[in-house]
Amino acid sequence: MIKGLALLAACFLLGMWCGAVLGTWLGIDANVGGVGFAMVFLLLGKEYVTSKGWWNGDFGFGLEFWNKLYIPIVIAMAASLNVKSAVSAGLLAFLAGTLPVLLAFGVVKVLLKQVNPEK
Amino acid sequence: MKELEVILDKNGLIVAFLFVGILTLASDVFSKKTLNGRIPGSALAIGLALWLGYLGGVFTDGEQGLADLSYFKGLSTLGGSMFRDFAIVATATGASFVLIRRSGMLGLVSLILGIGLFFGFGVAIGWLMGYRDASSLCTIGAGACTYIVGPVTGGALGASSEVIALSIGTGVVKTIAVTLLTPVLAKWIGLNSPGAAMAYGGIMGTSSGVAAGLAATDPTLVPYGAVTATFYTGLGCLVCPSLFYLILSTLLG
Repeated sequence: MIKGLALLAACFLLGMWCGAVLGTWLGIDANVGGVGFAMVFLLLGKEYVTSKGWWNGDFGFGLEFWNKLYIPIVIAMAASLNVKSAVSAGLLAFLAGTLPVLLAFGVVKVLLKQVNPEK
Repeated sequence: MKELEVILDKNGLIVAFLFVGILTLASDVFSKKTLNGRIPGSALAIGLALWLGYLGGVFTDGEQGLADLSYFKGLSTLGGSMFRDFAIVATATGASFVLIRRSGMLGLVSLILGIGLFFGFGVAIGWLMGYRDASSLCTIGAGACTYIVGPVTGGALGASSEVIALSIGTGVVKTIAVTLLTPVLAKWIGLNSPGAAMAYGGIMGTSSGVAAGLAATDPTLVPYGAVTATFYTGLGCLVCPSLFYLILSTLLG
């Protein structure tokens, strides 16, 4: 279990580091795609571990656990968001926060119709 | 009872596990028995958690929803960015590298479209509400991207704290709107494949909203949405205070 967890931790830290370095290069105070880099490292790490035949059992379980913990974490996140200030931030925040989202759903629909990514 | 209070207070993260577990169990049972599974249990649990977060804010006047009540302070650890990002990365084990690469171009296009769309719309609404200076408008537009891009942009441009607070509020409203609307509109927009999830993640951008929305729609799509959404905030922080600000101030003379 701990081996899989350690692999995940290594990929996470490495990815975050890449994101932070990229942010610094671009001259902004933000992590650019750290999670994305970490995911790519993890996919590569998984390939390697699987090719060695170590995936089933120890490694897999440690990662599967965190994969499953994802939704509970999102629930905890939702409960600790500043919902009240969002509700009371006034009409502008409400409009600027919801109208573009509705439009964006329409854009996703149109975009997916145009390209149909599965073909 | 006093002993129990001390225990609850000292073990915040463990209490959070228990709390989320009970909430999930209750939502699952309610979803199956009463709603016949029409609304997924996880979507219900997320919606309920948002409502509890609202109540927490009303009772405590704090900024962390329910986590401002001392017994529930562990929620802000469990739901904080460290665990959130860690678990999102773990979901990549269920993703296929080949599929991510194949949709890479689509992801890039959707990122650019998404940031432009939300920024432009935010600026337009700010203009209609009476803001006329480039730095305020730019900050509000950035807040319409995510609640991180807003304050980063506002800080860089020297916007007033009132406008920065407004931009954070806008970003949080967006996160909640994406969370609640995704499971409802998923079928209509055709959100049913890894490629579609990547395009959706790039356009919506808010990592928390995309992650929560996809979790409530189809958990297997979470890694694909997350992989594009993770670039959104960084890209937004890059273009909003620079390129977009220049364009805005040119337009405004």
